[in-house]
Amino acid sequence: MVTMADYAGLEPAWCPGCGNFGILKALNRALVELEIEPHQLLMVSGIGQAGKLPHYSRGNIFNSLHGRPVPPAIGAKIANPELVVIAVSGDGDAYGEGGNHFLHAARRNHDITYLVHNNQVYGLTKGQTSPTSDPGFVTKTTPYGAPPPINPIAVAIVAGATFVARGFAGDVEHLAKLIKKGIQHQGFALIDILQPCVSFNHKNTYSWYRERVYQLGEDYDPSDQLVALEKAQEWGDRIPIGVIYRVQRPTFEEQIPALKKGPLVSQKLEPVKVGRLLDEFS
Amino acid sequence: MPVDFNFMVGGEAGQGVQLAGLLLAKALARGGYHVFADQDYESRVRGGHNCFRVRVKDSRVGAIAEPVDILIALDEESINLHQKEVTGVTIFDGEKIKDTSGNGLFSVPLERLAGDKLMPNTVALGAALGLVAYDFEILEKVLRDQFGAGDVSQKNIKAARAGYEYIRREFKGEFSHQLSPISQVNRLLLTGNEAISLGAIAAGCKFMAAYPMTPVSSIMEYLAEKAEDFDLVMVHAEDEIAAINMAIGAAYAGVRAMTATSGSGFCLMVEGLGLAGITETPLVVVEGQRPGPAVGLPTRTEQGDLQFVLSAHHGDFPRAVLAPSTIEDAFWMTVKAFNLADKYQLPVIILTDQHLASSYATVDRFDLSRVNIDRGLLFSGKKAEQLEYKRHQITESGISPRAFPGQSKALVVTDADEHDETGHLIEDAGIRTAQVQKRLRKLFSLNKEIEPPKRYGPKTAKTTLIGWGSTYGAIQEAVDMMRQGGASVNMLHLNELWPFPAETVAETIGRSHQSYVIENNATGQLARLIKMETGREVSGRILKYDGHPFTPAYIAEAVRKEGC
Repeated sequence: MVTMADYAGLEPAWCPGCGNFGILKALNRALVELEIEPHQLLMVSGIGQAGKLPHYSRGNIFNSLHGRPVPPAIGAKIANPELVVIAVSGDGDAYGEGGNHFLHAARRNHDITYLVHNNQVYGLTKGQTSPTSDPGFVTKTTPYGAPPPINPIAVAIVAGATFVARGFAGDVEHLAKLIKKGIQHQGFALIDILQPCVSFNHKNTYSWYRERVYQLGEDYDPSDQLVALEKAQEWGDRIPIGVIYRVQRPTFEEQIPALKKGPLVSQKLEPVKVGRLLDEFS
Repeated sequence: MPVDFNFMVGGEAGQGVQLAGLLLAKALARGGYHVFADQDYESRVRGGHNCFRVRVKDSRVGAIAEPVDILIALDEESINLHQKEVTGVTIFDGEKIKDTSGNGLFSVPLERLAGDKLMPNTVALGAALGLVAYDFEILEKVLRDQFGAGDVSQKNIKAARAGYEYIRREFKGEFSHQLSPISQVNRLLLTGNEAISLGAIAAGCKFMAAYPMTPVSSIMEYLAEKAEDFDLVMVHAEDEIAAINMAIGAAYAGVRAMTATSGSGFCLMVEGLGLAGITETPLVVVEGQRPGPAVGLPTRTEQGDLQFVLSAHHGDFPRAVLAPSTIEDAFWMTVKAFNLADKYQLPVIILTDQHLASSYATVDRFDLSRVNIDRGLLFSGKKAEQLEYKRHQITESGISPRAFPGQSKALVVTDADEHDETGHLIEDAGIRTAQVQKRLRKLFSLNKEIEPPKRYGPKTAKTTLIGWGSTYGAIQEAVDMMRQGGASVNMLHLNELWPFPAETVAETIGRSHQSYVIENNATGQLARLIKMETGREVSGRILKYDGHPFTPAYIAEAVRKEGC
């Protein structure tokens, strides 16, 4: 039996009250409820306060470079599809530095789950604007206000992601359910998580989010792309959380012939007989 | 008389220059000749000027040479550009190319004999082999192997025969060279890229991610083509940054992984190189050089990235750099690269260039029983259940046993941040120092894996020519030419460049009156490396950075001018 104790990692070095605590709790709960053991799990993170999350949970951990958690996550998933692979980023990591990887991972539908801690500001570098900062957001690097933000939900849908959800770090129970669904989904699952930054974002606070977020109801159909795109535009007085878009499409890994015989990593490594290839050159 | 014969096929992109050249090379190789062929092409899909040179000898050949005995000119531009190099005959289509005059030009109605616009190259191929009275049956077999059993094959054979018979019947000029098959030795005819691809598959590479870039794209394409049969995966990534990071992820997960690019793609990969360095992830990177900076000359050759790959990335970490000297070497270096990467848990760069990547040479069939796989130190799963696994455990050799995620209960933790033995990020000064030292300690044993540079010619000579990578064949032949002229010359050639074999290099330079580096770059990057690692200054630098490879005669002449 897997318990929360299995996921007790190092002591977090986040600011007290940071939204990351809620995300960590929700992730651990989802992993326990899915009975995933730490050694079956690979978390690949980038750089930023979000990038430290795997160290505060437990599992196999590859803490990669800024903006780059998705490509190594993909490489590892292809090498061993039996691993549960979760990539972890912040908004700068995912939508700024790593924007291209985000687009193409969605398009190719790799079977990984992507948690993006979206606090609309740069925390680790102390308070600069992020790709998702609200328009006009004044920071040290945008004294005249931030330009319009990226809409990660809409971008993911258009790029071809097959599971697109938004969660809120202040609603752990709901977020844990979303993460569970994301892990269970076969294909690229983006979970954009609204996360207050208590140190550097004094606009998008817990209470700011609490006044606005609402859970999508049972009547919402996430399989309709146009409806989902419309829902993705909703931001301001009301912000929807939940699974905004979900469809089934063959994953990248499913379509690779070499993986049908089992994980690459399980193949016995011995000199490969290439004699018949040499014949083609004579 | 020893055979040393040169064909050139010239034409626009799209006219089948490359295919005609390759089939010509194949036909001659099947007759027991040694062949070296190189491609010179522009960065365009149609038009422009491309040429394919095929040098044929009855002994080993590792370089191209200047004079052209037979030029197949598929367009007028080829005549304008190369007629001055032709010492024998130029075959061209006089019904298509008008206003040509001059010695040695011989018209074959290529398009009329072909019967269509697709096969003039095949007619010309037949004509060229007809002119040297080669065995047509060999060409016929080569065409059949190339085009299969169907109609296309028959049409091409017919076209080639038409050209062959036309020239045998109509050519009345002076041309006495004949090439008859000399043996039935079955050598391989392949490019540097093909040798690297075969080496990677043989060495058990299971994952490649890359972004297409001349001159390495054909490695991607080859692995993709063979992926299903050989249970491996080739991912065409969105960019070079993704490519190297995907390969690192796959290697971390436990499979042998590689990527390939050229200089400007490697610029993007540099960030990932350091990631492999600090996370101690085995990684093989093929860097096929072309003239830079930036886009430079995209389809041409240069050796301008040596200093770059040696120092790419910030911070100190160990790496290995191998620069294959020949096509055969490219196969074995690739096998070695995967073993070094696994054994020392670091990035290994295979530094080639366009010349080696896309030149063809005949080589003896590789002795596959010599391929060995050394995965290095692995962590046993049983122990892992009892102990807390430490991915970056401090050891005397600097090498920590590897475990693979999901293959045991051991949790494999690593970080691009500085980390402690367990792989978790730290900021402690003592741990940082210990981890840097641990990584660098690997160099002590890695050093011993590096083969000394190859010497050619007398042990002691007045002049030593020093080269690295793809120039091996050209310098070797230049040494032969100069020695025949009475000069006291030898060669020192480096194919395993880092860790640098300082001892042999210093000793050889010390024994010569003068030493010259021969490099396809503008500043003498090896000369700088030698100075840095041995304190010795070479006497001179023979440099070429026009995008084209050295020929033996060019080198011999340049050395003579320097004073030998």
